[in-house]
Amino acid sequence: MNTTPSPAQRKAVALISGGLDSLLAAKLVLDQGIHVEGLNFFTGFCVEGHTHAIRQRDNPKPKRNNALWVAEQLGIKLHIIDVIEPYKQVLLNPKHGYGANLNPCLDCKSFMVGKALEWAQANDFDFIITGEVIGQRPMSQRADTMPVVQRESGAGDRLLRPLCAKHLAPTLPEREGWIDRDTLLDFNGRSRKPQMALAARYGFKDYATPAGGCCFLTDASYSRKLVDLWQARGAREYELDDIMLLKVGRHIRPRPHFKMIVGREEGENNFLEGYRKQFIQLRSISHRGPLVLIDGEVSDEDLRLAAQIAARFGQGREAEQVALQVVRHNGESQQLQVKPLGGEQIPPEWYI
Amino acid sequence: MSSQQLDARRLLCPLPVIRTQDKVKHMQPGDQLEVICTDPGALSDIPAWCRINGHKVLRTEQDAGEVRIVIEVQ
Ligand code: SF4
Repeated sequence: MNTTPSPAQRKAVALISGGLDSLLAAKLVLDQGIHVEGLNFFTGFCVEGHTHAIRQRDNPKPKRNNALWVAEQLGIKLHIIDVIEPYKQVLLNPKHGYGANLNPCLDCKSFMVGKALEWAQANDFDFIITGEVIGQRPMSQRADTMPVVQRESGAGDRLLRPLCAKHLAPTLPEREGWIDRDTLLDFNGRSRKPQMALAARYGFKDYATPAGGCCFLTDASYSRKLVDLWQARGAREYELDDIMLLKVGRHIRPRPHFKMIVGREEGENNFLEGYRKQFIQLRSISHRGPLVLIDGEVSDEDLRLAAQIAARFGQGREAEQVALQVVRHNGESQQLQVKPLGGEQIPPEWYI
Repeated sequence: MSSQQLDARRLLCPLPVIRTQDKVKHMQPGDQLEVICTDPGALSDIPAWCRINGHKVLRTEQDAGEVRIVIEVQ
């Protein structure tokens, strides 16, 4: 493993998302004799790991963290950095706005490269590598936005994008001869074929191919739930638990002032169980059924409605009466007997 | 040489790895750290992190919804 640099060696820090592009970009630079270490940022919205860890049905494939896997393939160190707090400003007030959903990709890229620059300066590294490719993403990886990331991150010409460097002006590592520009590439556009061919040449197999990007913010249904959360609270803010819960279960809002989170299978039920002190909890006791959390202040009438909906998602859905246990935040519990709502009695607009 | 424990229960990956990494930073070679997690993903992620960073996994155990991983800092 190339984990300790020799004194004369130049050092680069690579942004490692866990996808193929950052793997290839780091590999090209490693092959130039540069000491490379990886950085992976955890914003709380990363697709990595979480839902797979929660949902049992995703289990047949062994779980792995793709960023760690990439680092192991490359034989480099990887530092995973928790940026949950500072990332809030990026998501809540993006200077360049959002992409198709709540993804603030351009601000996000500048933020991450900026953090990598801070790390590089603190650890005496010379430059930064990303797997960006011109024209690949509609927002952050366009010819006119590539310089924005360079400028707003503060990295300037210490930011090298090996996969498309030939389309860009020479950077410091190229000008100084630390890297031979001729070995860098001219990838461009949305096609993944050149990356796949290069991966095959290097013998990389089994790499991750996430659909739709590296985080949940590119997902329409996730973004809808986040907007709903902000509307219901009357404030655009969130904590880690909030955004984790948006990844789990069915979210149903029967009334503006409360929503229900309904576990879809055992793994989700177990995960939701961990939140029982923060939410009112509902569970069917006469029949098998999901664990349901209620987010919001509810009256007795609301609670009955929630129980009827909860009963709809258990094995008692066709029964005349279903008994449910309600457990409040303080541990007090009560039982309710309700008739489950029929499917047609739950309007589609209640589903968030 | 010290022996310490890290409670990473109810955290989902990669948070247990991040907490392990941050804890190990302040430990000395030869020190041992026992990490307790509820996310079974830690069983693959923490050993992978150890392989990358050259630390040794002494043992892993899994029972009743908990995972315990004992690391020796190198
Ligand atoms: S997809 Fe998510 S993590 Fe990736 S650049 Fe966009 S906002 Fe950032």
